[in-house]
Amino acid sequence: MDQTTITRAFFGTSLAFHIIFATLAVGISFMILVSEIIYQRTKDKDYELMAKRWTKTFAILLGVGIPSGTIVAVQLTLLWPGFMKIVGQVISIPFQIEIFAFFLEALFMSIYVYAADRLSGKMRVLSVFFVCLGATASAALITSANTWMNTPAGFDMYADGTITNVNTWAAFFNPSYGWAAFHVSISAFMAGAFAIASVSAYRYLKTPTQERKVLVFHRKSLLVSLVVGFLMSAITGFSGHGSAQGLHEHSPEKLAAAEGLFETQRYAPLSIGGYTDPATHEVKYGIEIPYALSILAGNLPSTEVKGLFEFPEETWPPSYVHTLFNAMVGVGMLLLALSFIALVYWWFFYRKRKKAFPKWLVRLLVISGPLAMLGIEFGWIFSCSGRQPWTIYGYQRTTEAATRAAHVGDLFVLFGLLYLLLSVLVVVVMHVYFKRNPLTKELAKRGDIDAT
Amino acid sequence: MLPEVIASFIVGIFLFLYAIFGAIDFGASFWSMFYLRRHTDAGVIANRFLSPTWEVTNTFLVLLVVSFVSFYPKAAFTLGTVLLVPVSIVLILISLRSAFMVFAYSVQSYQQTLRIISGIAGFFIPILLISALPVTQGPFIAIRQGVETLLTAKWLTSISTYYYMLFGLTSELFLSSLFLADYAREAGKEETYRIYRRNARIVGPATLVSAILVLLVLEPESKWFLDNLKEQVEWFILSILFYLVGYSALWWPDAKNDSIGKPRVAVLLIVVQYIIASYAYAAAHMPYIVYPYMTITTGFTGEVTFRPLFWVYVVGLAILVPGFYLFWRLFLKDRRYLRQED
Ligand code: HDD
Ligand code: HEM
Ligand code: HEM
Repeated sequence: MDQTTITRAFFGTSLAFHIIFATLAVGISFMILVSEIIYQRTKDKDYELMAKRWTKTFAILLGVGIPSGTIVAVQLTLLWPGFMKIVGQVISIPFQIEIFAFFLEALFMSIYVYAADRLSGKMRVLSVFFVCLGATASAALITSANTWMNTPAGFDMYADGTITNVNTWAAFFNPSYGWAAFHVSISAFMAGAFAIASVSAYRYLKTPTQERKVLVFHRKSLLVSLVVGFLMSAITGFSGHGSAQGLHEHSPEKLAAAEGLFETQRYAPLSIGGYTDPATHEVKYGIEIPYALSILAGNLPSTEVKGLFEFPEETWPPSYVHTLFNAMVGVGMLLLALSFIALVYWWFFYRKRKKAFPKWLVRLLVISGPLAMLGIEFGWIFSCSGRQPWTIYGYQRTTEAATRAAHVGDLFVLFGLLYLLLSVLVVVVMHVYFKRNPLTKELAKRGDIDAT
Repeated sequence: MLPEVIASFIVGIFLFLYAIFGAIDFGASFWSMFYLRRHTDAGVIANRFLSPTWEVTNTFLVLLVVSFVSFYPKAAFTLGTVLLVPVSIVLILISLRSAFMVFAYSVQSYQQTLRIISGIAGFFIPILLISALPVTQGPFIAIRQGVETLLTAKWLTSISTYYYMLFGLTSELFLSSLFLADYAREAGKEETYRIYRRNARIVGPATLVSAILVLLVLEPESKWFLDNLKEQVEWFILSILFYLVGYSALWWPDAKNDSIGKPRVAVLLIVVQYIIASYAYAAAHMPYIVYPYMTITTGFTGEVTFRPLFWVYVVGLAILVPGFYLFWRLFLKDRRYLRQED
């Protein structure tokens, strides 16, 4: 592998690792906020306990989220010095504000976690609100830098690389920013909700029927997360549609690659599934829906959608982005349907006829969390790889951005081992903690069931 | 004032704050490991201070990197290329330490492991970080195939690098001892106070000696720096005066606690000493960020970007300072937290 490829693989791995914990931090802090609010309204102590246990999870995840975020932030300069040179001149504002969002999150998290017993109920909701706000803001802010790479704005560049006419705010609010920030935040809430749904469903299956209180607890948390998950997947689809129309307008070759479209055409069909064959210039084994792509892109079947032949072949994004895009959308549709079915079932069979959730449905819900996480990963890799060969679309190529220092490969191995170690540790710590503090013990402490 | 000079002050202040917070934070880690097997409260106190504060320190590291990259993107290009390997190693150490900080809070049986890992990291991180300073003076950089490259062998065999490392280590231990002495006094642990007071008494003079060695023993290529340092002599003398008074505060009588030494005064004066000395050091380094490749003018982002950045800092800090005050009240002053029994 050449230096640029190694650097890309290295940085992609670091981000793919960080994003797991970052997304969960955003999503779970939102869920904690929801359950704290429900608790304040209903005074049902189960929701208080939920918030407490999710906070514990959140705190453990922070143990990897913070170091991996620090790594990513520093690596951006170390691995892409050419890129940061331009970023520093044009769009450093989001990074800057992001730091303050982190401060906010870190401060209130310390307060919420280390001083929970000294805070009133209202103050606790407020602290969690600020934690969630800080986390979401940092996600939305970093997205600005990413969308600016996709749709650069707010500067001019001479052939020799000199930058002039900088307008920082125009760069910040670049054309694709609005929809993307919306999509990123909501999809993080969605992923957090399904992560909780997964664990609740798993626990629900594992709990023996005679432990009524425990079952009730898991059913409540499953229901909360399904409601949030359903709403958020619907909004995720809606905002994703907005992003896709943005692609049509600003990055047509990315949309063409995502859909495997080669000929520019009106009444363009949408290909679902299959893979793009770069040799024959067609999508193989896909299902075609007539007109659908034109309607998606411009709301009318007569919308003209540009195909890849419109652009020089050396600037085509890699062909696998079609698969990535389909996988992301597929995850969204699947989870929307799954949570919808579960809620319908709950409403008509559980509430009305007192029937338990069927096992097959709960089993399916167990995989919803990992699926949502995959959706996030596919989405980001699509967004970043779909921009290739550009790092800053139209201005800087990835090869010009990459570091030329030695030992990048060695460091890749070293950091790979670190990520592996951290992943193992975080699982072990979760396991040990919840083994020592099982739900039955906490319910017993509350006096709800007899300690045995 | 020129924007690039204002920017250098802002970055300088963040660098200084991270150096001080980091020294206390990493030093506390070191002491926490040092007193692991001894039956004193010294390790416990160090640990209690660490639990809520390391995250804020970590955020300062990010703030430092981001502000440097935003204000001096072209200098970041040079430094990022030259320091890829050492900075990556620091990153790995910091990450392991941060992770264990969090995990040990959740799983008590990790406390021991944490204190060892964190102590080792606390020993190496400051050493590695400070050894970047002599690099910026130029003697360890060469251009290879058009790329600025670190002359690793020369850097690691230069005596001057080791004096820097020694200075980093002694400063860390000195500042953290002083701070923990004060913290222990606030917590009402007289015995622990005495331990850290003794540590500070021993490390203090070593810090001064290594600081002088750092300034006087330089690679021949850094002669420009020595010449500049000579122009700052009054500042260094002033800084030494503050050091002497601050150090002597460890012997001032303290009637209220029926004890000896005023650790609060000592901490504050020593920090002032570091402010003065750092200012003089930075002034001598000006205008170079990396000699002779980058100055604060050639590395600068440009005035148009500078202005909004500047205002973001003003507004951001105005919002955050109250947050810090709350934090301080909760953890560093609240007696219920300080004096909890375990
Ligand atoms: C659970 C995660 C998830 C789900 C179910 C979806 N997305 Fe998504 N999508 C993301 C998570 C995500 C993301 C990880 O958050 C991305 C990566 C970059 C970004 O801005 O958001 C993203 C990017 C992204 C982009 C690229 C923006 C760009 O590169 O400029 C488009 C066009 C869509 N999405 C469209 C959709 C559509 C039409 C969906 C239909 C349901 C959908 N997404 C579901
Ligand atoms: C879109 C992807 C990203 C999202 C959604 C995101 C979000 C977050 C969140 C919520 C945190 C808080 C830590 C936690 O709670 O676990 C975090 C940490 C962090 N992230 Fe990311 N991040 C993303 C990508 C990046 C990138 C590209 C950078 C580099 C510039 C970065 C830099 C950081 C840093 C420095 C921290 C640690 C902050 C601290 O010291 O407290 N993140 N990220
Ligand atoms: C957090 C989720 C993200 C993931 C999983 C991700 C993934 C990737 C991957 C796989 C690559 C390599 C692309 C390729 O070579 O095909 C890449 C490149 C890159 N990404 Fe992202 N990315 C994420 C978010 C971001 C964000 C928020 C930023 C902006 C600060 C960013 C900046 C970059 C840069 C600078 C490169 C290298 C240059 C390039 O290849 O264009 N990424 N990322």
